[in-house]
Amino acid sequence: MYAIAVENLVKKFGDFTAVNNLSFEIKRGEVFGLLGPNGAGKTTTMSMLSTMLKPTSGKASVNGFDIRTNEDDVRKSIGIVFQDQSLDEELTAYENMDFHGRLYRIPKDTRQKKIAELLKLVELDDKKDNLVKTYSGGMRRRLEIARGLLHEPKVLFLDEPTLGLDPQTRNHLWDYIAKLNQEKGITIILTTHYMEEADKLCQRIAIIDKGEIIALDTSEKLKNDIGGDVITIVSSGRDNLYSAIESLPAIKNIELHDSSITIGLQNAEKHVAQIVNIASENGIPIDSLSIHKPTLEDVFLHFTGRTIREEEASTKDKMRMMLKARR
Amino acid sequence: MDIVYTIWLRNVKRYLRSKSRMVGSLGMPLFLLLVLGFGLNSVVAIPGMEQGYIGFIMPGIISMSVLFTSVFAGIQVIWDKQFGFLKETLVAPVSRLEIMLGQTLGGATTAVIQGFIILVLSLFLGLDISSISGFGIAVIFMLLIGVSFTAFGIAIASRMDDMHGFQLIMNFVIFPIFGLSGALFPIDSLPAGVRFLTLLDPLTYGVEGIRYGLLGSSQIDPGISFAVLSGFTVLMVVVGSYLFRKISV
Repeated sequence: MYAIAVENLVKKFGDFTAVNNLSFEIKRGEVFGLLGPNGAGKTTTMSMLSTMLKPTSGKASVNGFDIRTNEDDVRKSIGIVFQDQSLDEELTAYENMDFHGRLYRIPKDTRQKKIAELLKLVELDDKKDNLVKTYSGGMRRRLEIARGLLHEPKVLFLDEPTLGLDPQTRNHLWDYIAKLNQEKGITIILTTHYMEEADKLCQRIAIIDKGEIIALDTSEKLKNDIGGDVITIVSSGRDNLYSAIESLPAIKNIELHDSSITIGLQNAEKHVAQIVNIASENGIPIDSLSIHKPTLEDVFLHFTGRTIREEEASTKDKMRMMLKARR
Repeated sequence: MDIVYTIWLRNVKRYLRSKSRMVGSLGMPLFLLLVLGFGLNSVVAIPGMEQGYIGFIMPGIISMSVLFTSVFAGIQVIWDKQFGFLKETLVAPVSRLEIMLGQTLGGATTAVIQGFIILVLSLFLGLDISSISGFGIAVIFMLLIGVSFTAFGIAIASRMDDMHGFQLIMNFVIFPIFGLSGALFPIDSLPAGVRFLTLLDPLTYGVEGIRYGLLGSSQIDPGISFAVLSGFTVLMVVVGSYLFRKISV
């Protein structure tokens, strides 16, 4: 049995299709990433899986329970850390935890024991009686994660868990998440638009764009699809350069973008000279050139033809439409 | 029931913790009580009122205090929506009805405490409670006002996305409800048209009920007041639960 199974899931807001025919499965104990730009449908998917939103059509189950017919069992099986903060700032950390424990009907003895244990895990036990409004962003996130674990969920949903945190705190949180998965065997589904985050944490990654999965595999395999290395060339004569080097045997794939060309190939160091030579023979200027191991950013670019940044600019209009439709 | 208690507990804790809100919302009723009470006491004579005008408006001001606190407590659901805390409760394996009832009882409790403070202060200003049972009656009516108007606030909050509309609600709904309620004037001496409006105002029955409890006399029969206000309370809880069920965040 899968921890999460999704079949042809669709969500529409008016005319706008936020999630289009999504299907995937997540194994127990897996860390699964939904990676995509803002407005790609990640949060909408999470909301449906956590029973906060009703799907327009399609099926999904979490921990074996149908999200449409068995909401309560789904809710008992999951812990959630929302994209936006969901703590009560006027209460202390302990009271926030206690409130959660009572809501999930955890008996008093177990509740107190688990709260102490979890606050220790996220290193907040010495500040447990401080009001949450005195907490920093990173502390709040840690508290939310601890809270999400209080009722011992089988699946933990993390919606952009490190959004807006400084790099140091982010690294710290990644360690926690990895530890949780290893020590407690909790299945984790997380959304992110940080390539680095998905790369570091997730065993498998679904790249999602405009409500559809465009690639789903391990981060290694996704990167191998591109070729061993990536050369990015920024040039004003990129059209000419493209046709000049297109047929080189060493090149596994080559793509033309708005301002650059990306080339996937093995042993880039060996072939870069050849490419530069061809460019200068044809009198094509090269503004910049870089060689790097492929990142998920390259993967995204490879599958969608756009960088995540370009994508975010164009989805803004869609987001507005969606907000209007929801009103 | 334990869930209702949990939500109630959170509301009461928050209330007890925000001293400034507690003191702040005492200002207006106390101000009205002193200014109107002492200011008009010598000019206004109400037939059959031995305690004078200030005695007459005390139950009205207590109602006002309960009314404002409870509507505000209900509308606070919008804050929870905006600051995300509502999600935490909505995604838990509990029913919306339990959450709504917890919020309502929590808000009503804080409103009654607030009204109770005015009541105690009124004692120093010459309020003379007729009997223990009368005091009990007053508390019951305060509770009914508290529950019905917190539910009313929740109903409004369920349909609002942010606090922008709050001023609108205050000026065009809550103030008229207070103004028309007979908290500040006897309804018997009103022209027929206005009197009809005051009788449509649910708060009128709350004010009259409390007045009966504290002063021993009222212009509307306390039985009728109780029946009307109870009916209104049930209606508001039903409407509030219905709208709250459809809330989405």
